[in-house]
Amino acid sequence: MQLTSVQRGDASIVTVKADRIDAAVAIQFKERMRSETEDGPERVILNLSEVSFIDSSGLGAIVAAMKQLGTERRLDLAGLSPMVDKVFRLTRMDTVFTLFPSLDDAMAELEG
Amino acid sequence: MSQRSSHRFDATQLAARDGITAVMAQLRAQGLPDRAAGDVELALAEVVNNVVEHGYAGAPGGEVRVDADLTGARLELRVVDTGRPLPGGHLPPCRTVDLDRPPAELPEGGFGWGLIYSLTDTLRYDRKGVCNTLSMRFFLDGTGREKVRAGRCAPQTAP
Repeated sequence: MQLTSVQRGDASIVTVKADRIDAAVAIQFKERMRSETEDGPERVILNLSEVSFIDSSGLGAIVAAMKQLGTERRLDLAGLSPMVDKVFRLTRMDTVFTLFPSLDDAMAELEG
Repeated sequence: MSQRSSHRFDATQLAARDGITAVMAQLRAQGLPDRAAGDVELALAEVVNNVVEHGYAGAPGGEVRVDADLTGARLELRVVDTGRPLPGGHLPPCRTVDLDRPPAELPEGGFGWGLIYSLTDTLRYDRKGVCNTLSMRFFLDGTGREKVRAGRCAPQTAP
């Protein structure tokens, strides 16, 4: 489970370099997110465009990553594949997170 | 034509991932449509993860078997294990998770059964001797019901 981050404008973009966020990597994902977002901009965009599968453990790890940021920072999600998007809708987590179809859409909101 | 297959793997998270991937590759090769494969894989992953995390709860030596039966527009998956029975010996009620709370108090788990109920057309649990069998059916032509019901439980029949 590899994550890469870049800072662009006032946001930190964390990209998941894996095709699955499932039970086998959920804890590792949460820990890596903690180190990637320990400090930095208020807004973090999690780029999921390389992820084709997520299960409830992976979803829980994304919720944990959001909670780790505290109340002053926010986690937005970008580049959700249809399957990943469906998991967020079925669990109603689409009401908790702001979901952007692509990273460009997420950045456009930032700049606009 | 009925196409059957059976897969066995150790009840660990890494072996479960490989096992689930192998079941899905077999089903796709047998003609499972792509539009159904995502739902099937997620439901299977949730059931298998429950077995690994709660059924065996880290006890070594556990094994999971997945039997698949693809017949025309109907897929049946049976997940068999010898771990602990489901609490109370039956399927849990379908509940939605409460998200109406501050972000710091949001739940990080408890989504699994809601997803399983949402993604399957029928669901059945049997305990015989030391064996748990969770059977799921998927009606692939979409006649079962409307599949996307965000935050709601689909009506279930267990013939």
